[in-house]
Amino acid sequence: MGKDIREDIAWAQINKDVLASVQSPRKLYWVILFIALAVFGVGIGCEVMNYRIGLGVSNMDNPHVWGLYIATFIFWIGMSHSGTLLSAILHLMHADWRKPIYRFAEAMTTFSLMTAGLFVAVHLGRLWQIYYALPYPNERWTWPNFQSPLLWDAMAIFTYLSSSVIFLYIGSIPDLAICRDNIQAGWRKKLYSILSLGWEGTDRQWRNFRITYMTVACFLIPLAVSVHSIVASDFAMSQQPGWHVTSFPPYFVAGALYSGCAAIITLFVILRYVFKFEEYMTLPILRKTVRLTFAIAMVWTYLNCIEFASAWYGHSQADKAVLIQKATGPYAPFWWSMIFCGSVVPFAMMVKKWQVNIPIMFAVSLLLNLGMWLERWMIVSPTFAHGYYPWSWDHDQWPSLVQWGIVFGSFGWFTLLFMVFCKIIPSVSMYEVKEMVYHRTLAKKKEELGLEGGH
Amino acid sequence: MSVSNLLENWSKYRHTHPLDDGGHADWNAYPSPIKWAMSIDLDACTGCNACSVACYAENNLPVVGKDKYAHGQAMHWMRIERYWGEPEKAIDEFDSAMNFQLVAQNFDVDQGAQFLPMLCQQCEAAPCETVCPVGATNHTEDGLNSQIYNRCIGSRYCSANCPYKVRYFNWYSYPDQEHAWPEPLNQQLNPDLTVRTKGVMEKCTFCKQRTYTARNDAKTEGREIRDEDVQTACQQACPTGAISFGNLFNPESTVAKQWSAQQVDLVKEKQDKDGTPDNKLRGYRILEELRPFPSIMYLERVRESAV
Repeated sequence: MGKDIREDIAWAQINKDVLASVQSPRKLYWVILFIALAVFGVGIGCEVMNYRIGLGVSNMDNPHVWGLYIATFIFWIGMSHSGTLLSAILHLMHADWRKPIYRFAEAMTTFSLMTAGLFVAVHLGRLWQIYYALPYPNERWTWPNFQSPLLWDAMAIFTYLSSSVIFLYIGSIPDLAICRDNIQAGWRKKLYSILSLGWEGTDRQWRNFRITYMTVACFLIPLAVSVHSIVASDFAMSQQPGWHVTSFPPYFVAGALYSGCAAIITLFVILRYVFKFEEYMTLPILRKTVRLTFAIAMVWTYLNCIEFASAWYGHSQADKAVLIQKATGPYAPFWWSMIFCGSVVPFAMMVKKWQVNIPIMFAVSLLLNLGMWLERWMIVSPTFAHGYYPWSWDHDQWPSLVQWGIVFGSFGWFTLLFMVFCKIIPSVSMYEVKEMVYHRTLAKKKEELGLEGGH
Repeated sequence: MSVSNLLENWSKYRHTHPLDDGGHADWNAYPSPIKWAMSIDLDACTGCNACSVACYAENNLPVVGKDKYAHGQAMHWMRIERYWGEPEKAIDEFDSAMNFQLVAQNFDVDQGAQFLPMLCQQCEAAPCETVCPVGATNHTEDGLNSQIYNRCIGSRYCSANCPYKVRYFNWYSYPDQEHAWPEPLNQQLNPDLTVRTKGVMEKCTFCKQRTYTARNDAKTEGREIRDEDVQTACQQACPTGAISFGNLFNPESTVAKQWSAQQVDLVKEKQDKDGTPDNKLRGYRILEELRPFPSIMYLERVRESAV
């Protein structure tokens, strides 16, 4: 396997290439931006209907009180986790190959959390009273219910979102200073001057920066694990068949990392082309990401088997009935597609040639995420269709176009935020890529000199 | 707003488990401790739906129309479920989930249709209460699940966690819809309670407006609640007298007598059922094994085959 990136790129060249990305991307950028805006518009239209007429337009009904909104909410929360995996966990493990791709992965974390937050709002029957869920002091002395997993959920997400924004921002400060120094005109100059907080790159600043960055990284890692465990608690702490599963928290975390890694591959391919990052987002890095994704795919498959086995051997007839319903009932096509996309498709990532084949990996990553979206849907809906009480079984409910429209629109919203971000903040970390080149060059020199202990 | 204040306030409305003790009941407003409970005799039920209609009239339930009803968006707090086939057979063949499905779909009309009036079971350890993020559904001292419409934000978690699926969500702004109360039905709206806006959850209250009045009257007159003080709308309308309702803590009430005759106790663990096969006991509570401690006892139908 080749080196992660070419070692003889000059530092000035790195600055030039990355700064070009925020100024003159390929035309495709604007096409993507326009499409994202249009898709988001569809979502807005649907939400206006949802809000004004009432949630009935989503076609939800009395057993099916939750639907695609909650499923897609979990999907977006899940997608956020891999950003933290790449930026914080691999940072602590000194995995150098993450350096050119962690910035956009961290941005993905932030923006998918923002997208997930919207679904909480969309889902509520009385959106205008959403602040009741906040523990704020008021003259009525009423508090939210601290026993409710939904409240833990809201708190976990707010904490995770604010921490990952801070982490993303702190990590970009040296790069923002480079932008400030190289872009001399317009609103960008002002923006970068403010955001870079007077960074000069002195020894002391670097030392403080390192400590801060490491501290926030350490803080973020337990959050990443806890957030999706808490989302899993929404289901696992309830009493319903198919939800009341002890293995849900690790299962959700594995699923989250899985869909997140798949999304990183998708975005990797897009950014590499749109921002001409071929030199930085190289094929060896793609290969490593693909291998990581494959490993997580197998963990997810294993946990899936555990879930099925515990339902099958658990002697809870209602649980078993839900499982059988998933595999043979009206949800069967989606359930089997989930198995296919989530557990069969990843074997394409075992083929060494395909690991660096961009079109194939792009297609695979999209299929994986389709599978992971279906997984969330298959967790939420079949339980409502086939719960404890046979009279309330409803196998015919189908989400309306309004519901699908909002799900569709959320992808536009995410793409919009993400693409605008990449045009303003450098999506490749310049200073860390320089570290790579520096380390590598040093190691090479040492090799040439015949010294031991190369990096 | 201090933390101690928060905890005190909060714990007041979070009942402890019925197994531990009776909770932190504050009986000042009550003539004596009350636990509202019901028993429904399925042998007497003819499935006439009068209880359901009475509930619509008493509790300002909107009529949603054919389309929304077919969509499962109806608001019937009291619903009559119709079953075919013998539950006995269903229980015998309940050995695998597959059979469970087969039996549920099996049309066995030999014994005729079987009816079951289903309403909120007012569980003592209610799965709906703990999950509400804003605490809009709570347990009252007299043993009811209260639903605070003004506090509800419509997350629908309560309904998701309800094993009986007896909570109904306002999917639309029903009071604004023409078929909710077409003229002159709007004239009979009950002024003792509200109509509900879109986006809130609602469910059976055991006719809260009636029990509240009865309890105040008893308190004023300085006596205990008696059976004749209060009837729920469904009970009042039932032509065969299948429903009885009253204070379970009062041993003289019909409900208390029925419960003890059937050896049904509010707390499942304290139940001491006569295990002999020909014990003639008909009382049971639905999904009791999930331990929500429901407050409604059903009396099994006496089948011709068993006589």
